[in-house]
Amino acid sequence: MTSYQVPSPPSGPVPWSKELAHAVLHDLLRIRRMEERCAQLYGEQKIRGFLHLYIGEEAVATGALRALQSEDNVVAAYREHGHALLRGMPMQTIMAEMYGKQEGCSRGHGGSMHLFDAARRFYGGNAIVGGGLPLAVGLALADRMKKRPALTACFFGEGAMAEGVFHEAMNLAALWKLPVLFLCENNLYAMGTALARSEAQTDLCAKATCYGMPALTVDGMDVVAVHAAVQAAAAKVRAGGGPKFLELRTYRFRAHSMFDPELYRDKAEVEAWKTRGPIHTYTARLKDQGLLSEAEFQTLDGRAQAEVEMAVAYAEAGGWEPVSELLRDVYTPAGGGS
Amino acid sequence: MSRRLSYREAVREALREALQQDERVFLMGEDVGHYGGTYAVSKGLLDEFGSERVRDTPLSELGFTAAGIGAALGGMRPIVEVMTVNFSLLALDPIVNTAAMLRHMSGGQFSVPVVIRMATGAGRQVGAQHSNSFEGWYAHVPGLKVLAPATIEDARGMLAPALADPDPVLIFEHAQLYNSEGELPDGAPPVVDIRSAKVRRAGRDVSLITHGGSLPKALRAAEELAALGIAAEVVDLRVLRPLDDATIMASVRKCRRAVVVDEAWRSGSLAAEVMARIMEQAFYELDAPLARVCSEEVPIPYARHLEEAALPQVEKIVAAVRAMMGK
Repeated sequence: MTSYQVPSPPSGPVPWSKELAHAVLHDLLRIRRMEERCAQLYGEQKIRGFLHLYIGEEAVATGALRALQSEDNVVAAYREHGHALLRGMPMQTIMAEMYGKQEGCSRGHGGSMHLFDAARRFYGGNAIVGGGLPLAVGLALADRMKKRPALTACFFGEGAMAEGVFHEAMNLAALWKLPVLFLCENNLYAMGTALARSEAQTDLCAKATCYGMPALTVDGMDVVAVHAAVQAAAAKVRAGGGPKFLELRTYRFRAHSMFDPELYRDKAEVEAWKTRGPIHTYTARLKDQGLLSEAEFQTLDGRAQAEVEMAVAYAEAGGWEPVSELLRDVYTPAGGGS
Repeated sequence: MSRRLSYREAVREALREALQQDERVFLMGEDVGHYGGTYAVSKGLLDEFGSERVRDTPLSELGFTAAGIGAALGGMRPIVEVMTVNFSLLALDPIVNTAAMLRHMSGGQFSVPVVIRMATGAGRQVGAQHSNSFEGWYAHVPGLKVLAPATIEDARGMLAPALADPDPVLIFEHAQLYNSEGELPDGAPPVVDIRSAKVRRAGRDVSLITHGGSLPKALRAAEELAALGIAAEVVDLRVLRPLDDATIMASVRKCRRAVVVDEAWRSGSLAAEVMARIMEQAFYELDAPLARVCSEEVPIPYARHLEEAALPQVEKIVAAVRAMMGK
């Protein structure tokens, strides 16, 4: 039971140079190929615990992160492999983290849902639904008080909007006019509960505008539209216009997690959305415009797959954190504070 | 020379000093600004430091506590005031799931230098939902440091080392202590640590191990016991996490008997943890089974006589010691 129709395929020219168009396609493919391999590795029990795949939703992170700057903060949720990767984290440290190896970005202490990169201002990786929202408010408050010209981009699912903390965070950000860009990845299902089964108000933008915050719905399956919308919104936030909200309508092609038997949605619905897959529709547009040949696609895809294999090899070769290090990083060692 | 001041004034002085000395420090919470603080702790600070640094928040304990944590991640040194520990349950998620865990689950990439202050405790006839003592719950959580200043010196001195600490520090101020008064030496503020327990009264017959609002009760009980010829030693835990086992055991080994006084409910309390540690570390040096004086297992009632009956009192402590000593 979707609360809106599968959108018609994006049309119109891709307004980018060939170089940029290819770079974006490569980003989409890097996420897709990495996660397809993750699913396989999960079957082989190399990756354990929870694994939430982003497959189908790649246009959101790809379009959005390219519109951000290195001094910006990025806060994500637990379906964040793609965000981590495109924020610049090496694929090998992400893969090693999923393996639980000490070469992982979080030394194997975090796992799939807790990817972090302090140097790239990537603040996770949060497995509490809505947990990142007030954190983003605080990061933006710190920037404002320190007069840092940066914004905080906060990714979260539409499921988080049922949490009370969503409303507290929206109120604080709007009240204090903080530089936060709220990016709602609406994939229609909070785990297995459809939007219309959990929300009295399914117009998500209405929930932002009631705090006086400008809000816009965007086709999250169209990387071009996402990029343009995030770039425009980010410019306004940077200019001191206070927080903005974007609803990015997208769809998860895979199960919620590897434990999910998908009893809550029709296969036909999934298939209908797959016709709007963010990678093949974008590829088709580029080919129509003469910006991409099949050989060029194969080259980009081959590069992505080679990177994945290198990352897997790195993770395979990695070591286990010695058990003697079990208690490290509960507290900051003397002299180790920021 | 020394001067006399209240616990409330001591906390305010500490806040003022922190705001003066470090521009990254700011105070945020409900009614900390225009109202002057629910317990009048921050009175006057808004005028002195402005509304950016003495920041009133909406009634959003979850949101603003987490925002304080985020601001700490962003390089500030926020002091989040949660009006009382009762309302901090609304902020339990970010305190536990984010502040306490972030360093570990990021492989040591992030520290969270936030200080979260709140009033705790009962004794003012404000009813069940305003009378809890949950500091022991927070002391359960690895990644947090938990302080319970019970003296004027600690009220004045604990904030600075808490702010200097790179990890999240929770400070519990017992509401009954705000009006208490004491002497501080003139001149530089007292330098105290946030690692150790302290013996507040020396004795040899029994250790009274306590913290926060129960310290004055334990000290009065020790006075009464002295009149009965029993020399009670009073240990103020001060730091509830990590516990200072060495000071606790040194006192227990000397006195060979111990009574733990804790305003929280008995079951699963910090008192239970202290007793378990004594059993693990000093069992063969005890002359008697350990005892404890905790709150009765009931929501704290409103009526004065019932509230008094529910809480640890001087006479209950004296009775517990006399039963243990056979006197």
